[in-house]
Amino acid sequence: MKLQILGTGCAKCNALAMATEKAAQMLGLPYELEKVTDLQRIMSFGVMMTPALVVDGKVKVSGKVPSVDELKKLLA
Amino acid sequence: MNPLPQRQVATAGTAEKPADPGQPVVPRPFAARKPEWQKYLLWGVPGVVIWWLVYRNLAPVSAWFTYSLFGLAKGSHLGAAMEFFIFESPKVLMLLTLVVFGVGIVRSFFTPERTRRILSGKRETTGNVLAALLGIVTPFCSCSAVPLFIGFVTTGVPLGVTFSFLVSAPMVNEVALVLLFGLFGWKVAALYLSTGLIIAIVSGWVIGRLKMERHVEEWVFKTQTGSGVEEEAHDWPARIRLGWEAVKDIVGRVWLYVLIGIGVGAGIHGYVPENFMASIMGKGAWWSVPLAVVIGVPMYSNAAGIIPIVQALLGKGAALGTVLAFMMSVIALSLPEAIILRKVLKPRLIATFFGVVALGIMLVGYLFNWIMS
Repeated sequence: MKLQILGTGCAKCNALAMATEKAAQMLGLPYELEKVTDLQRIMSFGVMMTPALVVDGKVKVSGKVPSVDELKKLLA
Repeated sequence: MNPLPQRQVATAGTAEKPADPGQPVVPRPFAARKPEWQKYLLWGVPGVVIWWLVYRNLAPVSAWFTYSLFGLAKGSHLGAAMEFFIFESPKVLMLLTLVVFGVGIVRSFFTPERTRRILSGKRETTGNVLAALLGIVTPFCSCSAVPLFIGFVTTGVPLGVTFSFLVSAPMVNEVALVLLFGLFGWKVAALYLSTGLIIAIVSGWVIGRLKMERHVEEWVFKTQTGSGVEEEAHDWPARIRLGWEAVKDIVGRVWLYVLIGIGVGAGIHGYVPENFMASIMGKGAWWSVPLAVVIGVPMYSNAAGIIPIVQALLGKGAALGTVLAFMMSVIALSLPEAIILRKVLKPRLIATFFGVVALGIMLVGYLFNWIMS
C-alpha cells in the first residue's frame, strides 16, 4: 500500500505522518510512506488544505489530522 | 416529537422482511444511529440550559467574588481590574464555545472544494461578493493560503475574486465576531462584519481591475490541479461531532490568548486613567488612523488576543474608528502571510494586495471616527 503525506513541512504534517504510520503498523499492513513537500506535486492531487493523506493515489484526508482509530478505518 | 421508539419496534419485532438466506443480516443504519441521537439529546438540552443560567448570572457572581470574597474596595484600581477579569473571561470563553460549535456545524456544509466550484468561472463583481461571503463559512487556515490560492486560480476562479476570498476568510471570522459581540455589543460586531466584507469585496475587485495576472509566478498557471478530496457525506451526528471537534481545536488553541488579552485589558481597565488614550488614539488626532494601520500590519496576533486589549483602549478614550482600523490590520494582514504568499506572488502583487487592503482599512477607520463624532 502506498501512503503519501502532502504538506509543506508544518507541524501538523508531521503529526499526520506519525499517526498514519502508527495506524498502518497496528493493522499490520505492508506500506510505503512518502512525504510530498513539493507544491506542484501537492497540487497535482488537487488538495487545497494541508496536511493531506493520499492512499494508493486517492486523496483520503485533507486539512486535518484524524485520530489513529479513524485512520485505521480509512486504511483497512 | 421523538421518532425513535417506532424504529425500536421495527427492529425488535418480526415485521422486517426476511433476509436473503446466505446474506448476513446488516443492521439498519437508523437503528445503529439511535443511541448516538439519544446521547446528544440527553447531554445537549441540559447543557444549553446550564450554559444559559451560568451566562445570565456572571455579572453578580463576579462582583461578589471581587468585593465580598476578596474584600476589595469598590472603585479601587485592583477591584476594577479584578472584576473585569472575572466577569469577562468566562463570558467570552462561554460565548466562544457556543459559537464555534455552531460555526463548526455550518462549516460541515462547506469545503474549499465546494467553494471553488461555486466561484469557478464567476464573473467579477458577483464573484467578489460571493467570495467574500463564502470566506466567512469556508474552513480556512492561513497555513493553507498557498495551496488554496493555486487551487482557485488554476480552476477558473478570477484573480480578483480569489483575493476577495483571501481577505475575507481570515478577517471576518467567528472568533473575532464573538469577541466583538461579547465585549462591545452587537452594533460594533455588525459594523465589523459589514465593513470587513466591503473591504474584501472592493479590494478584490480593484486587484481584478488592475489586471495583475502577470505578477503571479509563472509556474502557478502551469500547475495541473487534480480533483481533490472525495466529498464526505455527513449525517447529523457526524456534523455534531465536527462541531465538537471545532470547539476542541479552536477553543483549545485560543483560550490562553483570550485570557492573556483579557488580563492585559483588565490592567488597562483598572490602572490607565480615563481619557488617557484620547490624546493618542482619539478622534482629534488625524494621524492616529494611518499610524494604527502601520503598527498593526506587521503585527501578527489572532483576534482572540487583540480584541480584549482594544476594548480596554476604547474605554479609555480611544476613537472607535482608530481602534477598528488597528484591529483589522492586525488580523487581516501580517508579515508571515506576506512571506508565505511570496511563493506564488511577485513582490509587486503582494505590495498591491497589502496596499489596497490597508487603504480600505484606513478609509473605514476615518469613516467611523467621522460618523461617531
